[in-house]
Amino acid sequence: MPLLEIRKLSLSFGGLRAIDMIDLTVEADEIVGLIGPNGAGKTTLFNCVTGIVPPTSGEILYRGESLTGLRPDQVAAKGVSRTFQNIRLFREMTVLENVMVGGHCRMRAGVAGAIFRPKAVIKEEEGLAAKALELLRFVGLEQKEDLWARQLPYGDQRRLEIARAMAGDPSLLLLDEPACGMNPQETNALMELIHLIRKRGITVLLIEHQMKMVMGISDRLVVLDHGIKIAEGTPEAVRADPAVIGAYLGKESIGAQTG
Amino acid sequence: MPTPRLSITLIQRPFPRIVLTSLWFGLLSLPLMMELKAPFFGLERPLLVSAGVAMAGLMRLAVSQRGGPGAERVQRMVGSIGGAVRHLTEQIDRRVIYVVAVASAVVIPLSLNRYHIDILTQVGIYVTLALGLNIVVGLAGLLDLGYVAFYAVGAYTYGLLSTRVGLSFWEVLPLGALLAAIFGILLGIPVLRLRGDYLAIVTLGFGEMIRITLNNWDSVTRGPNGILGIARPRLLGFTFSSPIDYYYLILVIVLLTIFVVDRLNQSRIGRAWTAMRDDEVAAEAMGINLMKAKLLAFGLGATWAGLAGVFFAAKMTFISPESFTFFESVIILCMVVLGGMGSVLGVILGASMLVILPEMMRQFALYRMLIFGGAMVVMMVLRPQGLIASSRRGIALGPKDRQGSASAAVTSPQKMG
Repeated sequence: MPLLEIRKLSLSFGGLRAIDMIDLTVEADEIVGLIGPNGAGKTTLFNCVTGIVPPTSGEILYRGESLTGLRPDQVAAKGVSRTFQNIRLFREMTVLENVMVGGHCRMRAGVAGAIFRPKAVIKEEEGLAAKALELLRFVGLEQKEDLWARQLPYGDQRRLEIARAMAGDPSLLLLDEPACGMNPQETNALMELIHLIRKRGITVLLIEHQMKMVMGISDRLVVLDHGIKIAEGTPEAVRADPAVIGAYLGKESIGAQTG
Repeated sequence: MPTPRLSITLIQRPFPRIVLTSLWFGLLSLPLMMELKAPFFGLERPLLVSAGVAMAGLMRLAVSQRGGPGAERVQRMVGSIGGAVRHLTEQIDRRVIYVVAVASAVVIPLSLNRYHIDILTQVGIYVTLALGLNIVVGLAGLLDLGYVAFYAVGAYTYGLLSTRVGLSFWEVLPLGALLAAIFGILLGIPVLRLRGDYLAIVTLGFGEMIRITLNNWDSVTRGPNGILGIARPRLLGFTFSSPIDYYYLILVIVLLTIFVVDRLNQSRIGRAWTAMRDDEVAAEAMGINLMKAKLLAFGLGATWAGLAGVFFAAKMTFISPESFTFFESVIILCMVVLGGMGSVLGVILGASMLVILPEMMRQFALYRMLIFGGAMVVMMVLRPQGLIASSRRGIALGPKDRQGSASAAVTSPQKMG
């Protein structure tokens, strides 16, 4: 059974078909790259999977269970976590707290637990804090846990988003342009990090514009254009695909007729 | 375009700026010329205000020309005082500070007269209210302009149940809190999808609805005449009657409020609220159920207004809708904003200031609102984060504990991998 299976997914905003009959499967332990020109519907696809925008039609199956119609917090509880293209950290919270929020859905303490703070709750909090610190070290943000999230430099903020998304123990991690705005060294470190994430048993589906990175890291690429899946396969195959070249460089460049 | 440029540079030049600002403040204070019989038709008061503002502007100019912009310097000064206070409190064992604070709150009023004790009791009521509103506004980031409605719910719960049913204060105290919480959730349900301005308008409307209902439902609430003869609290044969009795009663309520709000703040729930305040979309994607978090915030915020309301009714033994106007909501909101949204200590300070300062300014009754408004403007310009900015830190982990748990995480990486 594939980890994530998207069947005939469509989403229309009024007359605009942002996503049109997309099929996509992600197997466990894969790194799948989602590429395509601006406005191709990549982030919209992420929004559909994570429940932020309900799809117009089609089905999203995660481990065989439907995710369609679930709220974002329910999707997160199932084990699908994500980062955002335009960084969405909790700016007025500390770095450590940001990661701890990511573990929210794995904890149970309620109002009574918060007020009376029994041993179990203290243990839960300490466990989460330890896990958050470990994740911060994992993404390379050790010693920065007490800074405000807004104080971090750009690249660190992107890494913090990854740590936060991992705090909920996801099996599937959706990364939306994680290398956006990073310099070449940072990008290389990020590629290394994504490999390590896979080693932890987390499947990665990522949107990325930096071709060198996404080609180098992905087992498989899926190409979207104008909401339609136009190609799929290994990085080498996709690179040579005329439809992909057409989408990126304009159709005239390969002599195809425009519709 | 030379004309608009001229007006801009005029405003930016220091002297025209000072003159214009002082004239503007003089204009704002025109309502002060109330006594027309006074020499110059009372015009000297606005002129006095103008002169004062001009003086302040000139002084600021003088300071800024010596180096560094004045506002920044003031801000740095206020900030460093706040930092010093925080540093000091971190040096000393927290428990010592708590004990000293509680002890002085218990002992000091014994040497005060009835009037001062009454003011301190007022401070207690408003601290409870402001800490409750702080949950909704400061932590969860939901602007609530109708908070006084829950105060009214608490007060009328006791007023009615005491005069009609004969329930005692101690029976109604939890009931009033519960009922206020239910009203909080009732308000929360329709506004779940609203944010910012819209939320403010709906909550404002809710607050007015409650007040107008109380004002017009004659058969139950006796309308604007209010409810008289509400029973005083009794405990083991002792009746609360003198101001100091009530002071100690509200002190207990305040301590309970501080304890619970602080615990909530430093818990998984408090973290969820703050996350929701900073970014709803990200919070939801991280597994926070927004609906639950918002209803919890409204409910747990209203609870304290309910408690304060029951106490208020018991202390005054008379309540009427007049005590629960929109202006009360605004004052409580000001306490939260002035003190520092999200900071428990800041909110206590803000509430104390906004109760005590107007009392101290009683002899300038006419100027009170002007000074109050001016102080709020100055405060928001110089220090928008409030007197004491909230400082959220790792939960229940001192620096030592943190290192301990960090090394524990180092030694067991296999479990994670």
